[in-house]
Amino acid sequence: MANWCAVTGIGQTNHAAKRDDVSIAGLVREAALRALDDAAITWSDIDAVVIGKAPDMFEGVVMPELYLADALGAAGKPIMRVHTAGSVGGSTALVAASLVQAGVHSRVLTVAFEKQSESNAMWALTPKIPFQPSVVAGAGGYFAPHIREYIARSKAPADVGMRVALKDRLNALRNPYAHLHMQDITLQQIEESPMLWDPIRFHETCPSSDGACAMVLASEDALNGSQYPPGWILGGAMRSEPIMFPGRDEVNPRAGRECAADVYGQAGITSPIEEIDLAEIYVPFSWYEPMWLENLGFAEEGAGWQKVLDGATAPDGALPVNLSGGVLSSNPVGASGMLRFAEAALQVRGQAGEHQHDGARIALGHAYGGGSQFFAMWIVGSERP
Amino acid sequence: MREVAIVSFAQSPSVRRDAQRNEVEILLPVVREAIDRSGIRREEIGFTVSGSCDYLAGQPFAFVMALDAIGAWPPIRESHVEMDGAWALYEAWVRLQHGDIDSALVYSFGKSSLGNVREVLTLQLDPYYTAPLWPDSICLAALQARALLESSEYTEHDMAAVAARSRRDAKTNPKAQLAGDFSAEALLDEPYIASPLRKHDCPPISDGAAAVVLAAGDLARRVCARPAWISGIDHRIEPHALGARDLTQSPSTALAGQRAGAGDSRFDIAELHAPFTHQELILRDALGLNGDVSINPSGGALAANPVMAAGLIRIGEAAQRIIAGDAARALAHATSGPCLQQNLVCVLEAA
Repeated sequence: MANWCAVTGIGQTNHAAKRDDVSIAGLVREAALRALDDAAITWSDIDAVVIGKAPDMFEGVVMPELYLADALGAAGKPIMRVHTAGSVGGSTALVAASLVQAGVHSRVLTVAFEKQSESNAMWALTPKIPFQPSVVAGAGGYFAPHIREYIARSKAPADVGMRVALKDRLNALRNPYAHLHMQDITLQQIEESPMLWDPIRFHETCPSSDGACAMVLASEDALNGSQYPPGWILGGAMRSEPIMFPGRDEVNPRAGRECAADVYGQAGITSPIEEIDLAEIYVPFSWYEPMWLENLGFAEEGAGWQKVLDGATAPDGALPVNLSGGVLSSNPVGASGMLRFAEAALQVRGQAGEHQHDGARIALGHAYGGGSQFFAMWIVGSERP
Repeated sequence: MREVAIVSFAQSPSVRRDAQRNEVEILLPVVREAIDRSGIRREEIGFTVSGSCDYLAGQPFAFVMALDAIGAWPPIRESHVEMDGAWALYEAWVRLQHGDIDSALVYSFGKSSLGNVREVLTLQLDPYYTAPLWPDSICLAALQARALLESSEYTEHDMAAVAARSRRDAKTNPKAQLAGDFSAEALLDEPYIASPLRKHDCPPISDGAAAVVLAAGDLARRVCARPAWISGIDHRIEPHALGARDLTQSPSTALAGQRAGAGDSRFDIAELHAPFTHQELILRDALGLNGDVSINPSGGALAANPVMAAGLIRIGEAAQRIIAGDAARALAHATSGPCLQQNLVCVLEAA
């Protein structure tokens, strides 16, 4: 069976709307060097590089792994480029882990990034397909109807989304890397922010960020000298389904449910709400927190919003969600999934600083993409079974 | 490593412009044929991975719609590389090493006719220093060819001979786009398009798709009389900055070849992903392939070049020769990036 793989180094950039102090190469190096430093290794210790990002149109560079090979010390080594829509940061980490689990390599550097200030992400996400009407304007336009359907089905009160946004923005104040640090944010401020795509208000949507995330993944015999303990990958899973077909449930997609069941099975988890200490869930629009709580099995179908209102996902709740501030506080799209995976690992390694959750032993990293159709998840733990 | 083999391969015809079909419609019959031939049921396939490039279609998420060609439910374990399908195959091979699943579907597609592929590939270059100068893919290849001619014994006649042989061999490949009998001398009478490259030195612009099914160990033996076993596979990249490389050599191909076990150069056939004639000469030298090895019996990328699928097609063509009993040991190669920046080598054996 597959070999054990652990996270031994984590790095991320300071995320911002415009990182015009660095090139694309400079941005990915900033994250990669921090990951190497954390792992207490250098470029020459790396066997292979796996890089991920969302559509090439975000920067206007086709297959940027070619251009970034030099900056990532990949010359003479294997480098792969993953692209699975919004879930890509997660998928990239899983492809990198796969190389170690397969026994092909001992130490893999994985990097994900987006430099969204190079273009306009909203319009890059508004494809004009020949012979098809263009019905969306950016991701918010696509997902708003799914959220309205969730509210109609679950009869959730109108303030659930706003409360999620408030929680994540307050969490971000304890994460020095987060893009948004809104010191004085209030519920009223969120409520009064402009409605972008009903029911998504301006303050309930993710920012557009420049940023990168990197991790060093290593086999058991290549853990090296990080001052922090390894974060063991206890399970990893990907699932996909086509974007549109009769009978598909976009609100609670089967691919997400089955991906969660797979990753829990690998990690030996039978009751996720009891056994998982915290979760980093991909929530680009506030309402996706209750929706994914249900899809991930943390709440019964239709009851996710109650968990939010009960405070279960708050920092002192039963399942803190997005202690880092989440996608709502930093969204370099291609890196957003890897940030969820990396933040989960930071927690079980005890290196999350001000937003560290006491006693974090088992954490979930989650990412989704496309039309809620691509899912990537991992469970990391402080101990290997 | 765990034994993994290619048990089936299918590809669409490569055509200059498939105006009637979108990517999904090109892909659907190819995927279906590969799965049908594999003898493995679609819902039993353990992992699916594809390779494509958004910029060919000029829209994000080209691979999202492609999933329509795979089927609706159950949801699948699936991944995608924004690379040639050969690297998707590599990811599948790695995934099969885990031991928990026994089969994988790999596919890739490219509809180069939708845009200007020369300009699209220019956007692969360093966006700050090189791309703004707009050197297109043919001009960069011409620089490489010029460097080769000036530093070696190779001549433009050697390059034309590669084109003539590729097109002649393509006559027996019904999927090829360019085929026929041409003499090197006649080809050399044609004008340059970017000196020293003439039209025959460059690949055709192609629309096409390909799919491969991989199976491990006993499953491969059960579903295929003569599986094409992957005895070695590796890929390496070189620096991007063109001035940092010796363009007349391909050290990444040589290294990938060594690591894939191709060092002895004893092959019945080799399918080299050389979109330009002079690149075949560079690759042959990097891999130490002498006159005994039949190079690109399919006609290669000079006869059919659906970008993003052309590398996977090399692996599929090589595997098909083994599955059909026409070869016992084959080498397949794929490339990506300007002037052979990144290279993959796969060694396939009958037993």
